[in-house]
Amino acid sequence: MNAAVKASRRTFLKGSAATTTGLVIGFYVPFLNKQAIAQGITASIAPEVNAWVVVRPDDKVVIRVARSEMGQGTLTGLAQMVAEELECDWAKVMTEYPTPGQSLARQRVWGNFSTGGSQGIRGSHDYVRKGGAAARMVLIQAAAEEWKVPVGECSVSKGVITHGPSKRSTTYGKVANAAAKLPPPKDIPLKDPKDWKVIGKRLARLDTVDKTTGKQVYGMDLKLPGMLNAAVKDSPVFGGKVKSVDDAAVLKRPGVVKVLRVGDSAVAVVADTWWRAKTALDALKIEWDEGPNAKLSSASFGEILKAGLDAKDAVVGNSVGDAPAAIASAARKIEAVYSYPHQNHACMEVMNATVKWTPEKCEVWVPTQNGEAAHAAATDASGLPAAQCEVYKIHLGGGFGRRGATDYVRQAVGIAKQMPGTPIKMIWSREEDMAQGRFHPVTQCKLVAGLDDKGEITGLHMRISGQSILAGVAPQNIRDGKDPVVFQGLNPPGPEASIGYTFPTLLVDHAMRNPSTPVGFWRGVNLNQNTIYLESFIDEIAVATKQEPLALRRKLMKNHPKHLAVLNAVAEKIGYDKPAPTGVFRGLAQTMGFGSYVAACAEISISKEGALKIHRIVAATDCGNAVNPQQIEAQVEGSFVYGLSAALYQECTMKDGRIEQSNFADYPTLRLADMPKVETVIVASGGFWGGVGEPTIAVAAPAVLNAIFAATGKRIRDLPLKNHSLKA
Amino acid sequence: MPKLNVNGKMLDYAADDGTPLLWVLREQLGLTGTKYGCGIAQCGACTVHIDGVAVRSCVMPASAMTVKQKITTIEGVSADGSHPVQRAWQALDVPQCGFCQSGMIMAATSLLKEKPNPTDRDIDEAMTNICRCGTYNRVRSAIHTAAKEMAAAKAGAKPKKVAELGKSVMNIEHVAGGQV
Repeated sequence: MNAAVKASRRTFLKGSAATTTGLVIGFYVPFLNKQAIAQGITASIAPEVNAWVVVRPDDKVVIRVARSEMGQGTLTGLAQMVAEELECDWAKVMTEYPTPGQSLARQRVWGNFSTGGSQGIRGSHDYVRKGGAAARMVLIQAAAEEWKVPVGECSVSKGVITHGPSKRSTTYGKVANAAAKLPPPKDIPLKDPKDWKVIGKRLARLDTVDKTTGKQVYGMDLKLPGMLNAAVKDSPVFGGKVKSVDDAAVLKRPGVVKVLRVGDSAVAVVADTWWRAKTALDALKIEWDEGPNAKLSSASFGEILKAGLDAKDAVVGNSVGDAPAAIASAARKIEAVYSYPHQNHACMEVMNATVKWTPEKCEVWVPTQNGEAAHAAATDASGLPAAQCEVYKIHLGGGFGRRGATDYVRQAVGIAKQMPGTPIKMIWSREEDMAQGRFHPVTQCKLVAGLDDKGEITGLHMRISGQSILAGVAPQNIRDGKDPVVFQGLNPPGPEASIGYTFPTLLVDHAMRNPSTPVGFWRGVNLNQNTIYLESFIDEIAVATKQEPLALRRKLMKNHPKHLAVLNAVAEKIGYDKPAPTGVFRGLAQTMGFGSYVAACAEISISKEGALKIHRIVAATDCGNAVNPQQIEAQVEGSFVYGLSAALYQECTMKDGRIEQSNFADYPTLRLADMPKVETVIVASGGFWGGVGEPTIAVAAPAVLNAIFAATGKRIRDLPLKNHSLKA
Repeated sequence: MPKLNVNGKMLDYAADDGTPLLWVLREQLGLTGTKYGCGIAQCGACTVHIDGVAVRSCVMPASAMTVKQKITTIEGVSADGSHPVQRAWQALDVPQCGFCQSGMIMAATSLLKEKPNPTDRDIDEAMTNICRCGTYNRVRSAIHTAAKEMAAAKAGAKPKKVAELGKSVMNIEHVAGGQV
């Protein structure tokens, strides 16, 4: 019996106990999606056919998904991939999460758990389909062996195996036990895409119903027997420390159990309820040693970055010919400087984690984008060996990159470790979540184009100055001073984040400047600002050389057919060859990243008072293979909400070392009334697997900014837009 | 012991003065479908009904409530997710992460009570809840879908299956024939 099955049996026993004693959801159950809690417990008594597939005696199929569901639909999409090869009945499919501890014990049989970079499908399409195919092969083999007939005479459809010559049939559920004992096949051929029946369908998500009834359990909703709640405050100045805490008054409050330090920079209050913990924390007198960053401000960061725009210490990301020489000898030069602010992810569900620590075991229940990283963080913070730590992933109330970080997991372990045996649910307030972000990096970009006497581009230099995410979160991945992620969307031709234009000469380089603000992967990452810089500047060149923006792009994109195809799809759908309605102006943008090609055209108008109205957006995506088109549409629409919220409203500014924004009142986000109509064109050209959760965000802002220029003649080069007047 | 009238039941609770209704619902009464998002009535994740009207429970002290005031939470909209608004939400696969959706559904059901056939402008004005995943266009579409279903039901029509609604409005395939 393997480790997962053993764990599952334990789960079943404890789960049963939990059910019979009426205890709450989440008790010991590793597979914490509600559906799996209700059904997975019994699923676990069926043996797994392989790591990816469990078939119950009643023919219900449990598909294991290692990546995290945070709204992007990966649970459904990855299940579709397995089901496609498995040939099971989709109506009988359920899903469950394996745990990082189980994975570790089984030589990472489920591969990478990390759910970021739009990797869910494109990073695991091969092995999850093989998992489904291998399960199908042994299930059919088990039936053939039972009937003593050649495997080749058996076929399967929707989980029903049939022996053609004798017309006998059986089901997956009936042969699953026998199949589980067979050795896995060595050669596992995959279907030809033209035979796909489940991949490519507009299937409903598997996780919708509980989200409409309030039954879906998020991290914040978890309740364990004997659990206490913690509210926490970390130093509002990054790098600061706690100097002193006066907890005398707070400890007298009803329900307050303990006031404790977490590391040297944070204070937590533990109470019976979170509301009591939170209000006690607010009343606590904390004195901070603010440290060396106490005087930092956004203005000081701006100066540091500005100096990088002309500095000598830049590393090259993309170079064609000698751009500086071409620009130096050009008949004419165009120059512009752009910048992009810090932003918080602002997930709807604030950071939280629940931990039970004993000297023997550290258990963590957490909404995380990276189960394995959370497990490593728990191992490190708990002081226990990895095999004595376990992480149970819970549904995420948004992730957007924030929940790939593990700072909040470490913090929760740090609290629970001081209260052995008591499960502690730590929840941040929204204010803490805003103050302790892992922010979108700040960069500035100076673009210089050289033109010949006919207005043709002879060279382009993009100098990026600013923060490196890898320097902050994974410095071991910086090679020779280069953070490759900085150049997203500007890379040489290739399968990832490549630039969609050919210039006679080109230089893209980066002067790394790292203000102390902690950075992180923010949905869309560096593709966001890089696309704003380049796509706005292409429009600037078009204006300066009196060319129509689409025509100029088409001229420069001849060698980039996939980039051009999505742009053309957008132009066709919006009717670009005909003028926009009176008073309505258009803007275009295109880019490539996370494995996919995307483009958008925005139609906007500006009122006399300067109010922006975005009427309509047409967006096209070529993600190669489109696994679930209706969910791709959902991701594209959502990307405009995320990208336009950022472009219109969002910046995190620093004063006296502190982030100034504290909640949605001063960090607004797009609301329904401002949401434009979005028309999504899926250009699935096949042959590759691109991500869909992130790339479209990058074209949201520049399409609108270019339309704003068309409407007003105002070129916005720094965001958010709320800092600018669009009044004529 | 103070009482609250929640989802048709009189429930005892114990909380300090000034504790918001949100936290009484979540921590005393175990009704965790109502969410904390901001604590300052900005995001609407905590929306519940008080006598049928959408209210942000994160800034409403529980002690201000009388037992005559009927509180409805997402758990009280229907026992099985069969309310026309919930069915429309399921049919159109509205939720992404889903965290804001309890509040969205409470705001939508309140709107439809007041305006059974809302215009887009009515929806703009009533639906001020924040969704970071970006489900707004499907929320709008689902409200129109639910309005039509409720009007048809009033006229005596049998409710359409979730699968039928999903297929006709957005060409979404509910293979299991709809969950409700």
